[in-house]
Amino acid sequence: MQTEVTKSGGWRLFVRTVIGRAYPRVVGTTRDLNWLFFDIFFPFLTMVGYVFTYRALQAPSEYIGFVVLGGAMSAFWFNVLWAMASQLYWEKETGNLTLYIIAPTSLMSILLGMALGGLLSTGVRAMVILLIGSWLFQVQYAVVSFWALFAVFLLTMAALYGMGMMMASLFLLFNREAWHIANLLEPPVMLFSGFYFPVKAFGFAMALVASLIPLTMGMDAMRQLAFPFGDTLGLLSVKTEIIVLITLSVVFIGAARSVLGYMERLAIRQGKISDRLS
Amino acid sequence: MAELSTLEKKPGKRKTFLTAAWLGWQVESNWADPFVFLVYSIISPLSRAAILVVMYLVIRGNDFTNPEFVNMYLGNALFGLIGNVVNSIAAGIIEEREHYRTLKYLYVAPIKIPVYLVGRGIAAMAVATFSFVAAILFAAVFLKMPLHLGAINWAMLIPGMFFGFISFVSLGIFLAGWALTIKSNPWVLGQSFVSLFFFVSGAVFPLSVIFGTAQWPGYLFPVGFWLVLTRRALVPGVGHSFAMYQNLSDPQLLLLLIIYSLVSVVIAFGIFRLFDHKAREEGMIDMVSNY
Repeated sequence: MQTEVTKSGGWRLFVRTVIGRAYPRVVGTTRDLNWLFFDIFFPFLTMVGYVFTYRALQAPSEYIGFVVLGGAMSAFWFNVLWAMASQLYWEKETGNLTLYIIAPTSLMSILLGMALGGLLSTGVRAMVILLIGSWLFQVQYAVVSFWALFAVFLLTMAALYGMGMMMASLFLLFNREAWHIANLLEPPVMLFSGFYFPVKAFGFAMALVASLIPLTMGMDAMRQLAFPFGDTLGLLSVKTEIIVLITLSVVFIGAARSVLGYMERLAIRQGKISDRLS
Repeated sequence: MAELSTLEKKPGKRKTFLTAAWLGWQVESNWADPFVFLVYSIISPLSRAAILVVMYLVIRGNDFTNPEFVNMYLGNALFGLIGNVVNSIAAGIIEEREHYRTLKYLYVAPIKIPVYLVGRGIAAMAVATFSFVAAILFAAVFLKMPLHLGAINWAMLIPGMFFGFISFVSLGIFLAGWALTIKSNPWVLGQSFVSLFFFVSGAVFPLSVIFGTAQWPGYLFPVGFWLVLTRRALVPGVGHSFAMYQNLSDPQLLLLLIIYSLVSVVIAFGIFRLFDHKAREEGMIDMVSNY
């Protein structure tokens, strides 16, 4: 007696891979609640530190709101850096990368699943930070348009996770230095993206260069849409920033696809890239 | 016979310390060439300092010689040292146990584990000191802060640094022992305590910003005394304007730091022994946490 095996292919396989890889990201969050706590606790503490710094400087109350928003958004940056960009490096270290590469599905769908799962679980953490921070520090919001705010958030995430997917491929070229590189990227991006202050403070030219990081434009637009007087501190108009975010999303996702394809070919040709670290 | 006795000779604390320091340096630095490592060591602390600089800039303008900002900046840079010393020891033991899986071999070697841990952490501390110096140079050159070698109160700075170092190493040893007995996420222990120190030490803002008139949180750990004393030694006058422990003179602060550091040594090494005993008895020396 033979059992008939139906193999998925094409878009069905793509979608099933995305769901399959997103699943552990979402369910895994509930399996280790300690980890969930610390994922909220540390960005929250950092945020509180910056809030008190502004209080010591007797800053206007909007700036406290900027810090709370930055604290919540930092959860996404950490997720992209440590659980997207570094993910294939971790897989390489634990010996799973070879399985990823020989699996009869595309690496793009695996990374997309990771991104969607990560986005969902990190979204919960960011929301907790935002809600507690807003309540604790009595942040006043004046949302101009919820739809525009939501659209900017989604576009920022698309560009950010696209960048994460591209970085994941590039991180495959690293060995032990991957951990250090991720560590190295953390503070400069937090500085240049303006997590805790309006990016306009850098001056136009420098802020424009910093806009290559999706969070820079994303947070600038969100600040303009969510806070009273936020528009006076914006770098560009929200409309222009949305166009920049759409461009960044397309460029990063496209680049991720190209780099990933190149790495996959390199892995097959050289047979070394998925080796455990030297 | 003479050869045998040489082989049986235990390495001693000095040799353990030096070998561990060499090993720590290799682990810290040999993933990159010296230039890349140098850049790596500077970028992170300078970026953190720059966040503070820009925050100040947008609220108060570009007067970076203002005593309030000088105290903030110096406190932030100095706090990086504390975090590194404490965390390098506390996280070091978990790194040995779970990343490199070598702790069990260290335990059967004829060495003192706390001595090894301090030696192992020395490289991270050296890198942190280098980063601190880079942050200070940046402040003196680009922000024109009133930092002059000739004005530094060395008589206060040197003993302050020495006893501060003893306190932080002791805290690290205490946390390393504790981390050894924690079954899930032990690596966050050091980081959690460093975060706690940030809020009770007046690293960037005085305690009054959080606690109002209550000053007792500043007396829980020696971190606040060290930060205030070091600020006063580095920039006399400016450091004295920081709104913490203003009722205490420099010698009084130093005396408090000495007392706290000596008490820390006794408590930390005593508690480490207790945790170490528990870890040995309960088979935690080669445990994998979160498993």
